[in-house]
Amino acid sequence: MLKILLAGQGGQGVLSAGRFLAACGLHEGKEVSYLPAYGPEMRGGTANCSVIVSEKPIASPLCTVPDVLIAMNAPSFHKFAPRVASGGIILVNGSLSDCYAGRDDVRVYDIAANDLAIEAGDIRSANMILAGALCELTKVVQERSFINCLNEQFVGKPHVCEVNKRAFAAGVAAVKEKDA
Amino acid sequence: MSKILLHGTEAICEGALRNGCRAFFGYPITPQNEVPEYMSVKMPQLGGVFVQAESEVAAINMVYGAAGAGVRAMTSSSSPGVSLKQEGISYVACARIPCVIVNVMRAGPGLGGIQPAQGDYFQATKGGGHGDYHLIVLAPSSVQEACDFTYKAFDLSDKYRVPAMILADGMIGQLMEPVELPPMRSLSDIPKKEWATDGRFGEKRRILNSLLIEPDVLEPHVNELAATYEEIKRNEARCERYKTEDAEIVLTAYGTVARICKSAADKLREQGVKAGCIRPVTVFPFPEEAYAAVAAQPSVKAFLDVELSLGQMVEDVRLAVAGKKPVRFYGRTGGNVPSEEEIVQQALRVLAEEKRI
Repeated sequence: MLKILLAGQGGQGVLSAGRFLAACGLHEGKEVSYLPAYGPEMRGGTANCSVIVSEKPIASPLCTVPDVLIAMNAPSFHKFAPRVASGGIILVNGSLSDCYAGRDDVRVYDIAANDLAIEAGDIRSANMILAGALCELTKVVQERSFINCLNEQFVGKPHVCEVNKRAFAAGVAAVKEKDA
Repeated sequence: MSKILLHGTEAICEGALRNGCRAFFGYPITPQNEVPEYMSVKMPQLGGVFVQAESEVAAINMVYGAAGAGVRAMTSSSSPGVSLKQEGISYVACARIPCVIVNVMRAGPGLGGIQPAQGDYFQATKGGGHGDYHLIVLAPSSVQEACDFTYKAFDLSDKYRVPAMILADGMIGQLMEPVELPPMRSLSDIPKKEWATDGRFGEKRRILNSLLIEPDVLEPHVNELAATYEEIKRNEARCERYKTEDAEIVLTAYGTVARICKSAADKLREQGVKAGCIRPVTVFPFPEEAYAAVAAQPSVKAFLDVELSLGQMVEDVRLAVAGKKPVRFYGRTGGNVPSEEEIVQQALRVLAEEKRI
């Protein structure tokens, strides 16, 4: 069972990245749950979602102590970093945040998601950069099923699909580079 | 059939549509806006009626009319909106019109907040509006149950001619999980309603009314309702037990909180504490016998009731346990949800107190 908390600002694609992960898990025949939490704002404000991918049935859908935190901005990083399980992973968007978690029992990956997303062709694909990094690090879902989900979601929008795929691949590469 | 990923609100709609619901009347309120949104798309495709009413009061009265004509009808709202519907719900209950009311509970009292809560338990299970009546109240704890229970609610409501309510907390509304949808039921498969005012000219007049002004007419009618509630209590009480066979501490909750309790029970067992859970599936009728049976087990030291309220269901738990074992309470309000860790701490505290005594 992997508990993932994705957090950031409304409009950064936090919730859609979470939904993609849940959809991929379902495609692979796993148990999944996706619980969003956000305010009344369309953009801005805070947004986060708890995603659980598991081999066994999921009881509580909450991720109060997540195994992995994806923080898309500094406030989310500092708010949730202390809650990550010991031995867990933090993926932080280095373009918008520092990466000092104040603890040494978690692995922190500083990934400049906004910069990489601009290189991939659209700043809005920063969420896919971090999703790619997550999949490479944890193998929570296969890269192939993520690509399939993107194809399904963006059918009829080949340009958007390509940008997101490039961003996902860039996220995978960013982690490989750091671990090498 | 393969599973699809759905929101709790969408699952509620599918459960309704697939069991013949062909009329929906609602008024927007967070956190259940996805119900009318989904219905506004799907209902016309199935040849049904969708109306965004001018108010909650109007919506429940539209349900009264449509369901009175024999159509399976539903309305949905969240706590403050359901309060507004209470007059209509009391009328529908008195006129014995089957229908389904969905309450995706948010934090109260007052306009409150938009985050999950369970503060409407009393309102849902003890009547809610004026007069002596009850609803059949089902409390889903997963997206699959949100679909299945809504499906079932229509059958139960038709069977007893008692309105049914889906009592979901805000988390059920927002949660996305895999769901296996039931097949679409043919309308011809749904039993005919011999009481419905559907305009069969030439036949005996059918009247649906909630004004029974003669005391000697109203009293037998109320007694008949009471007899129906007793029958429902005998036949329809349901609950789920989880690892209660050897439990020392029994956690009890309904809705999504019950799932957090399950995780907490597993955590407690990892620490060597024998914990179990019991969850009412129907909160009216309350599964009293199941609670009494668990309370009678010698292994059980205490119950811990956990709610997103200041303690409402705990009263029914205490009535069912009937003093056999202590029943303690832990609640969060305002839209906050307790974590597994919090519930574990509370359970350990309760056990320590019991052992000291």
